[in-house]
Amino acid sequence: MANVRLAVPKTAQQDEIIEIKALLQHDMESGFRRGSRGEVIPRDIITRFECTYDGNIVFAADFQPAIAANPILTFHLRATTSGPIAFEWTDQNGTQWQDQADIEVI
Amino acid sequence: MSRPFQIDRRQLLASAGGAIAITATPLSAFAAQEDLERARAELFGDRPIQEGRVTLKLPPIAENGFSVPLDVSVDSPMTADDYVQRIAILSPRNPLPLIGVFHLTPHAGLAQVSTRIRMSGTQEIEAIAEMNDGSLFAGRMETVVTLAACVVL
Repeated sequence: MANVRLAVPKTAQQDEIIEIKALLQHDMESGFRRGSRGEVIPRDIITRFECTYDGNIVFAADFQPAIAANPILTFHLRATTSGPIAFEWTDQNGTQWQDQADIEVI
Repeated sequence: MSRPFQIDRRQLLASAGGAIAITATPLSAFAAQEDLERARAELFGDRPIQEGRVTLKLPPIAENGFSVPLDVSVDSPMTADDYVQRIAILSPRNPLPLIGVFHLTPHAGLAQVSTRIRMSGTQEIEAIAEMNDGSLFAGRMETVVTLAACVVL
């Protein structure tokens, strides 16, 4: 169901600052909307995003219902070592989505 | 005189008026200034917040409050000794005052984050950055929202 889209450069210079984009397809149902019969649609949101690089969590985000549907994040990393950059999203029930992209540091 | 279990025209009109008043003031469902201050205190305690160093970019007019691009950057060298630890985005008018928190490390190299947020109405969004030494800096940006999230479904 969930679909991840990543934009990570394939190669980078040593210590170059690279831009990362990570999007997860998700409704981010806020819990404030009402359905056609007036009932509140229950909240269903991603609450946590983590980016791991070189064994450390280098960027993380806590989401609230005010983050728009299909949450996208653009952030930066300093390229230090070749290897995978891992992305992980966790929703309010603990369900997780993972993906990763490899970067080569020249 | 009103008899028990019977509603006369006057009472009916009064209660109907009350119901309209409640539905017509959705502001009561929004976070007020004190909610914003409470959220701020939960995150950062009562440490003083200085202005500056934080640049918050939002469109001046957003046609649709369901998805408003937000870009926050903090003037910081992002070295191991001097870096931005956290950036919190706060709203004075959404149902919940906190929009999101970004956790940064020196590994980021650049303290700049973009995402898309929901806004229920015209308001001034606030970004507070916490440096690794605990000092706090704030930046603000006002956006006019023509179609609010949460209100129009």
